Amino acid sequence: MTAQLEYPEIDDDNALLSIQGLWKVFGPKAQRVPRRPELASLDRAALAAKTGCTAAVRDLSFNVAPGEVFVVMGLSGSGKSTLVRCLTRLIEPTAGSLIFEGEDLRAADEKRLRALRRSKFSMVFQHFGLLPHRKVIDNVSYGLEVRGESKPDRRRRAQEVIDLVGLAGNEHKYPEQLSGGMQQRVGLARALANDPDVLLFDEPFSALDPLIRREMQNEVVRLHREVGKTMVFVTHDLSEALKLGDRILLMRDGAAIQLGTGDELVGAPADDYVRDFVRDVPRADVLTLRWIARSPRDGEPLDGPELGPDTLVREATRLVLASDRPVKVVDGGQLLGVIGDEEILAVVADPADSHWTARPSDAQPSDRPAF
Amino acid sequence: MAAITSDVQVEVRRPRRSVIIGVLLVVWVAAYFLLSGIDTLPLGGQETTGFHRWLTENRDFVGQGNVFFDAIRTAVDHLVVLLQDLVSRPSFGRPVPVVGWLGVVAISAYLAWAFGNWKVALLTAAGLAFVGLQGLWQESMDTLALTIAAVLLSLLVAIPLGIWAGLSNRAFKVATLILDLMQTLPTFVYLAPLTLFFAIGPAAATIATLIYAAPPAVRLTAHAIRSVPPESVEASRSLGSTRGQTLTKVLLPMSRSTVVVGINQTIMAALSMVTVAALIDAPGLGQTVLKALQTLDVGVAFNAGLAIVVIAIVLDRVTTAAGDRPWRTASVRRKVVLGAGAIGVLVAVWFSRTYVWAAEFPSEVGIGSRIAVITADVTAWVQDVFGGFTYGVRDAVTKGVLNPLEALLTGSPWWLVGAVVVTLAAILGRWKAAVPAVVCIGLLVATGVWQDSMITLASTLLATVVVVAVGLALGVWAGRNRRVDLAIRPILDAGQTMPPFVYLVPFLALFGTSRFTAIAAAVVYAVPVTTKIVADGIKAVPVATVEAANSVGSSNWQVISKVQLPVARRAITLAVNQGLIYVLAMVVVGGLVGAGALGYDVAAGFAQSELYGKGLAAGLAIVLLGVLLDRITQAAAPKPHGKGDKQ
Amino acid sequence: MKKLRYAAAQWAIGLTAAALALAGCGGAKVGEDPKPSAGGKECGSFNLTVSPWVGYEANAAVVAYVATKDLGCKVVKKNLKEEIAWQGFGTGEVDVNLENWGHEDLKKKYIETDKVAVEAGSTGVKGVIGWYVPPWMAEKYPDITDSKNLNKYADLFKTSESGGKGQLLDGDPSYVTNDEALVKNLNLNYKVVQSGSETALIQAFRDAEKTKKPLLAYFYEPQWFFNELKLVKVNLPAYTAGCDADPAKVACDYPPYDLDKIVSKKFADSGSPAYDLVKNFKWTNEDQNAVARMIAVDKLTPDAAAEKWVNANRAKVDTWLGK
Repeated sequence: MTAQLEYPEIDDDNALLSIQGLWKVFGPKAQRVPRRPELASLDRAALAAKTGCTAAVRDLSFNVAPGEVFVVMGLSGSGKSTLVRCLTRLIEPTAGSLIFEGEDLRAADEKRLRALRRSKFSMVFQHFGLLPHRKVIDNVSYGLEVRGESKPDRRRRAQEVIDLVGLAGNEHKYPEQLSGGMQQRVGLARALANDPDVLLFDEPFSALDPLIRREMQNEVVRLHREVGKTMVFVTHDLSEALKLGDRILLMRDGAAIQLGTGDELVGAPADDYVRDFVRDVPRADVLTLRWIARSPRDGEPLDGPELGPDTLVREATRLVLASDRPVKVVDGGQLLGVIGDEEILAVVADPADSHWTARPSDAQPSDRPAF
Repeated sequence: MAAITSDVQVEVRRPRRSVIIGVLLVVWVAAYFLLSGIDTLPLGGQETTGFHRWLTENRDFVGQGNVFFDAIRTAVDHLVVLLQDLVSRPSFGRPVPVVGWLGVVAISAYLAWAFGNWKVALLTAAGLAFVGLQGLWQESMDTLALTIAAVLLSLLVAIPLGIWAGLSNRAFKVATLILDLMQTLPTFVYLAPLTLFFAIGPAAATIATLIYAAPPAVRLTAHAIRSVPPESVEASRSLGSTRGQTLTKVLLPMSRSTVVVGINQTIMAALSMVTVAALIDAPGLGQTVLKALQTLDVGVAFNAGLAIVVIAIVLDRVTTAAGDRPWRTASVRRKVVLGAGAIGVLVAVWFSRTYVWAAEFPSEVGIGSRIAVITADVTAWVQDVFGGFTYGVRDAVTKGVLNPLEALLTGSPWWLVGAVVVTLAAILGRWKAAVPAVVCIGLLVATGVWQDSMITLASTLLATVVVVAVGLALGVWAGRNRRVDLAIRPILDAGQTMPPFVYLVPFLALFGTSRFTAIAAAVVYAVPVTTKIVADGIKAVPVATVEAANSVGSSNWQVISKVQLPVARRAITLAVNQGLIYVLAMVVVGGLVGAGALGYDVAAGFAQSELYGKGLAAGLAIVLLGVLLDRITQAAAPKPHGKGDKQ
Repeated sequence: MKKLRYAAAQWAIGLTAAALALAGCGGAKVGEDPKPSAGGKECGSFNLTVSPWVGYEANAAVVAYVATKDLGCKVVKKNLKEEIAWQGFGTGEVDVNLENWGHEDLKKKYIETDKVAVEAGSTGVKGVIGWYVPPWMAEKYPDITDSKNLNKYADLFKTSESGGKGQLLDGDPSYVTNDEALVKNLNLNYKVVQSGSETALIQAFRDAEKTKKPLLAYFYEPQWFFNELKLVKVNLPAYTAGCDADPAKVACDYPPYDLDKIVSKKFADSGSPAYDLVKNFKWTNEDQNAVARMIAVDKLTPDAAAEKWVNANRAKVDTWLGK
């Protein structure tokens, strides 16, 4: 039973990018692994011992909605970088289907694939992947150059995105003359220059200092707001995933462990691995009231203040503690539950308790925005 | 975690491995006393096998007058003659070359400046002026013309091949094999047949040089293409580049500095062929060296050798500077100065075409003859002072080490030696080393020069051990101390590019005609490259790693033995490997000073037509020894542990 | 720093240009004093191989000098090993070889079978091959010059290379030797050790004489080195015609060589006066040694040495020219 089935899914019809049963196996005669159930079911070490193959991505299925920021998260070696490369077939998948805007990407020939990469997808790399022999502006306009645009056109477009990402004034420098953060802005500008539909990020900020990293994350948030691109964002940093991701896919050893929103991951970890993963997260910043509301006890006064179910716990803390009555969680006039001091304190005061498990209130939200 | 466990495994396995090898050697020595003299496959100096005679008879099977070879010959001849017309000999009805010395110096310095920097430009001007003052202007220009022609043609062949080998794994494997063959097969083996295909003259000399000089450019181009960061290639692909676009816009520009290193090594290799190519009438400094050698005129030979060294150092520094040049395009200011320089060069060229003093290098200043006299005096002095002592060293080493080793190798039955070698390979590298060992031993027997191969093997082993020991010591010293490095680099460069023929005479005087003399010559030739690689490897050890070792209170020796040497392991493996190849490259030269065996066979095959086949077989045997030793040393080298690269 | 550099560069260029301008105002111009052009029409040009020993170079120097000065030929010298020079007859790259040492097998191939070369008579120089000792040994051990006594002295000749026996040092790989067969057939307690080159042989003799070291080695005359050191020949059992017919059973001395000249068929048929010169060229061991000495010991250029000798021996040269 894969985790994502328990959670609301994007319909295949609404998806911009739809992945079904995707495998990537490295090693000799890799094709046989997904085909033969007795091999497909082996774990990583057993598979390597038996066949010499490594399954970097195993049987992944998910949809990405238009405009969504979809985060793929996992520790190093979990296969997330391979996955993101499989999406545009920079690495050829071993099995499974890739549907983009209704088109089967795996059936696309070299030429069609190139056309898609030139206009629909762009990628930002961990170590930037810049060309040291080209100036900033020539790096940014590289994608336009290879698709054959005229020099004035690509200069103009490159200048636009350079301004957009805050690189103005550095057009004629060489990458080595820039700081790491600035270099990644060049990588970002290069990806944006093509005006793609989907931006793919492969751990783009993990090589940067924490301060710069935060600044770049904000930059991505801003860009997402301004240009509204669909983004697939790979990271090993949970706080980054929570900050940026509309939904998060957690991977381990190539397989999906859990797919859901940030509060779902924190509030309802699918297994101990996920629980361990999210234990240090300041829950109050992630969980919403929906996750801690309980049914009112008998005789409890129900005339306290009202709050919406999507209010973050941190935002509600002051009000709940100040109120001498339980706070009501109300969604569309319907009472979902109440929250008292002890619920709030359980989240705020003891975030490291790994046995603590939140349960979403009985009434599942039905009106979540459909991505 | 993986790294730790495999470390433990190595710790456990190592002593056991050395014990097994020790037992193997003891068994061998014991068996030697029982079986010595049986099945040693001897073959006298003038004797040949059926295989040798077959090779001799089929030597010129392609023959002359082939349209293909004629076309190549004509084209190459024209290229060389054109270059000679330009710089070295009277041409186009004028008593002087198209460009006189002043013009050549100006153009060279200008190019050095434009592609490198002003320092190498000065060096270029000074170097060229120096060879002129040595009285060797024309010879140097001939050598330069031939070198440039050979290097241009080498690159024409090598760079496309290198790109191919860089992009395709299969091509890379095949190329590595062929390049090893091209570099270890002694030039003498193909020198004479080449004159059959391409006639006597510049074409044959150029092509012989090409065969020897092209491999480094192929190797380094392939290496450069392979070491472009995969992310840059992916980035290019992710933006929808075609393969051609990725090659021309990403791979090639990013390979530039490594390819320049390849070009640099090709130039050095081409220069080291100058004297050998002179044996088939290649013009230039090589002729001067060979002529001087006929009358044992060490001074004159040294003077000409020094000119080769100077040219080599100039070309080396200029290409290195060109490779290190940053990506940035020239500033306006630099462009203006470059333009002004170009005008100055044109003026100089005009002078060199108009006035005799600028066309022909003034011959009054004869520092060449003074160098010759001083060298001769110094050589004589060294011989007088050290003569007796050196003979003592020679006899001690020969009797104490070389003779027993050689007796063991030549006296044992061939199958016993074969079994020991294959077992050793199997212990060190499992079947991956054992299979090539079986093949090499089989082919060595088939060449018919088994016993000579074993004699050469004994000397080669001894020479390589000395080379590695000296190279490690010097390399570590230079790698840890910048000043030492700066001081010994020019000496190493000289040792590498000075034609071995030049120091043969003093060596003969010091050690007589003997295998030891050949070993000494090989050591002088091979130590520089080994030292350089070790020094670079030590320098590349991260500062933080050394600091960490120092911070826990390691002694100097502990830092060297526990940190720097292990971390520089790859460089050291390469150094051993290159030391070996250089020692093998000197086998033929060793044959000229009394080493006999394979080196003598090859030289005799070059000189006597009826021994050609045997010479070729001996040349192949040298290659086989090279492959064999290479596989075993590679297998013996500690493997880098830890997990493989993430895909 | 950067500015300084550029300033320096500009200054350097400026100064160079100024110096050139000043210097250029004087001095002879190229082509003002045309050198007499060599190369007469009747004679044309021919390719002369120059084998790698000084005696040959003496031959080549004198013939080239006379051909150029008296006949107005253009002589192209090519520095080649013997073997490759023979190949050159076939490819048309070589026209003249002025000193051939035997090489019956090559004569057979190129003269009889391929018919690309022809003999052009003796050079008048007599070649001697044999075993030699340095002069001090001949003085100290007078009976050493007889090969029968060699075993008596075998111990003297032991070296690190000879494996307990006496050492007989052989020479350049170019020369065919019977030494291994001789040692065996004369029952000598010696081992043949390859020195590998003429250079090594000469150096060994030099050293042997200087430090009074024993040495027995293969050598030959004429050789410029005899000007420096009069080596003494060891007499092997006398040569009789045919005693060396079977290389494996040979037990006699090397035959005396009558060194001869070989020319390409093409050159012989060309009717060039240079062919007559080559054919008539004949001198003695002393003549050759005199020129070789000037080149090797006095360090004259081959041309200067030839000029000196020709001026002193005009009558002999005239006979070659048919005057």
